[in-house]
Amino acid sequence: MFRNPSGCAISGIISRSGRRFSGERIVKSISVMHERSNGLGGGFTAYGIYPEYKDFYAFHIFYDDNEAKKECEIFLEEHFDIINLSRIPTRKIPEITDEPLIWRYFVSPLPTKLAACQLDEREYVVRCVFRINTSINGAYVFSSGKNMGVFKAVGFPEDVARFYRLEEYEGYCFTAHGRYPTNTPGWWGGAHPFALLDYSVVHNGEISSYDANRRAIEMYGYKCTLLTDTEVITYMIDYLHRRVGLTFGEICSVFAAPFWSTIENMPEEEREELTFLRNVFASQLITGPFSIIVGFEGGLLALNDRLKLRSMVVGDKDDMVYVASEEAAIRIVENDLDRVWSPMGGEGVIINVEEGKI
Amino acid sequence: MPVQYIYPEFEVVRNYDRCIACRVCERQCANEVHEYLKDENKMVSDDSKCVNCHRCVALCPTRALKIVKSQHTFRENANWSAKRINEIYKQAESGGVLLSSMGNPENYPVYFDRILLNASQVTNPSIDPLREPMETRVFLGAKPEKIERDENGRIIRKLPPQIELSMPVMFSAMSYGSISYNAHESLARAAAELGILYNTGEGGLHEDLYKYGKHTIVQVASGRFGVHKTYLNSSAAIEIKMGQGAKPGIGGHLPGEKIGRDISRTRMIPEGTDAISPAPHHDIYSIEDLRQLVYSLKEATNYEKPVIVKIAAVHNVAAIASGIARSGADMIAIDGFRGGTGAAPTRIRDHVGIPIELALASVDKRLRDEGIRNRVSIIVGGGIRSSADVVKAIALGADCVYIGTAALIALGCHLCRTCHTGKCNWGIATQREDLVKRLNPDIGYKRLVNLLTAWQHEIKEMMGGMGINSIEALKGNRLMLRGVGLNGKELEILGIKHAGE
Repeated sequence: MFRNPSGCAISGIISRSGRRFSGERIVKSISVMHERSNGLGGGFTAYGIYPEYKDFYAFHIFYDDNEAKKECEIFLEEHFDIINLSRIPTRKIPEITDEPLIWRYFVSPLPTKLAACQLDEREYVVRCVFRINTSINGAYVFSSGKNMGVFKAVGFPEDVARFYRLEEYEGYCFTAHGRYPTNTPGWWGGAHPFALLDYSVVHNGEISSYDANRRAIEMYGYKCTLLTDTEVITYMIDYLHRRVGLTFGEICSVFAAPFWSTIENMPEEEREELTFLRNVFASQLITGPFSIIVGFEGGLLALNDRLKLRSMVVGDKDDMVYVASEEAAIRIVENDLDRVWSPMGGEGVIINVEEGKI
Repeated sequence: MPVQYIYPEFEVVRNYDRCIACRVCERQCANEVHEYLKDENKMVSDDSKCVNCHRCVALCPTRALKIVKSQHTFRENANWSAKRINEIYKQAESGGVLLSSMGNPENYPVYFDRILLNASQVTNPSIDPLREPMETRVFLGAKPEKIERDENGRIIRKLPPQIELSMPVMFSAMSYGSISYNAHESLARAAAELGILYNTGEGGLHEDLYKYGKHTIVQVASGRFGVHKTYLNSSAAIEIKMGQGAKPGIGGHLPGEKIGRDISRTRMIPEGTDAISPAPHHDIYSIEDLRQLVYSLKEATNYEKPVIVKIAAVHNVAAIASGIARSGADMIAIDGFRGGTGAAPTRIRDHVGIPIELALASVDKRLRDEGIRNRVSIIVGGGIRSSADVVKAIALGADCVYIGTAALIALGCHLCRTCHTGKCNWGIATQREDLVKRLNPDIGYKRLVNLLTAWQHEIKEMMGGMGINSIEALKGNRLMLRGVGLNGKELEILGIKHAGE
């Protein structure tokens, strides 16, 4: 077990009107920031890519070998209706090697099993994912949401995109990550984005609150196996949004809480609310430098640490919104922006796709 | 003259070239060490009475005095130290239990001194507390697992009673009786100025100090001294004292000669009677009884005051803490075996209980493993000596620390460890009026404020170095700690890695 601090590049593109576009644009954006990666990990999340299977959980799974696959599929059959399964299409390129077996399953929880365990459907799926990842040796579910998917590998992000033929996917939102780890297990599962259900996180930074956050979130049944910041942030989002029921705006006030000196000068209602959030969710405060882009069903959230110790720029044009570590990564895909700005530290930018447009 | 088995431990060295025979030392020493020989116009000393409290040394206008350890020696023996031999002489003479004061001084491991802190380099910037906000505010109290919203979707801000502190340090329980009124007043005023709390201990609350109620933890101990409804309701929190680190498993005893008029009123017992706190609470023989007392106190205070249950760190501390967390208590205070006392049997103080670092680490882990860590806050005391110890305790998982001995040292205590004699020359652990007035609360409270202001600066510097700008991100952040020279088992219990890992 060791920590894995890293620098990185992140990028995100979303259509507020839910219009689907090709993965090419996000690849172009992240490629500009080649210098921010070191070839030890890259990846993408794409939302809206499986409209024909949008009611089913799409599991993307890495297998070390056929043994692991066999064992995992037995588990899947015991717990889910498997609607469809296939290898994820890839392209052989010299830059990406040593790939595991990469499979995709569209599944739906077995109604009898679900009823028997008295869990809500999403909790059931989460528990199954953890079961596979922690107890089936050589199997790793790295994507488990509906109508979305994560594609990641050890390599530069642009090579990872070619490997996964990302240009063939169309979605309403994409996020991307290029990794610059200061050490790495060289394992595909350790690349980013990190995802659970439809929540995905790309992250640039190194959070100093890591172990406080990790030990707090593990109390709620999450198991941090990768020891990366991104993993713990993903679990905290799942916990706060899905299980506690906080809004994404409130989550921003928990992760990058305003300073007490700021809170004290706020109107009463706001002051009391922020004091409540800081008190009750103290263990979910994140300190140290970070910029994150969180993808979720129907939207995207971008957030900086409260001191803004990592760069992050946002721009928009018509219904499109762009977020990236560097402005150049936005300009390369859309130079004629309506607006471009750097959000303040702790100021969350939340983009929701218009109601009913997905 | 009878045979004197014990040679004095200290020698009072007087430099007669400097001594002007002003007799300050004589007036200052309640132990009557110094004597003026009128005929010779000369000061002399009786070393056998000296407790090495430095009062005379500190007040001598010409620096003519110093106290040194006697070089008088027994034949060397690795098994029978002078201390052991002298203790046998004492008991052979008195037939009594040996008494001691303040915390366990024996040579057991101090884990805080075997733990080192982290700092940022390259991948993560350190933060300068002089340039950026650096937050040490903490809230103690149970946190809800769920939130509720009103019809407009706003969060209903309903919480169990909380304590807000400007920094995660409080003054631990020291009763009026064990320490003087002036010491109590100093603690109360310092707590109010610092935005923290002090603790009455089990001796009740003097009526003049009720005005500091918002900064007061009132204690309910096995003797129930001074406990009444107004006392409970004037507080910021109520502490049930089940045990104390210096003397786990036994009660307390304030001798009748210390029960003067004021203390008698405050404790609600007759003047001159011994105040005896039984070893257990006789209405608490098990955990379900504790629950009843917790809820009795909550009923008495309309569920507006958080209830702390204080226990000594003993072998099974994690399981006991788990029980307490399920008993309705809002906070658990754990007192380590280094914790101070005004009087304790020496054998108990020196041989019972466990180090606070290990107790804290195992309690924090146990409550997390059981998923109930948010139901209670953890306060630790009995071994906190500096701001570095505070930072390490928070990183191990504490919400807050208690300091007792450190606060008394700030007030002038020199750790001579003879509080039980009641003759404290510094006006702290005494009820003798002439001695009490030596501690000026106007100065005393300021020294306490200075101490914790300094600690707060140091805590911020250490946090900033780690790239942490709010104390909640330090809580339980054990990756910020590394052990040095600890074995595998110790590291496992502390939940930290070894330096270099």
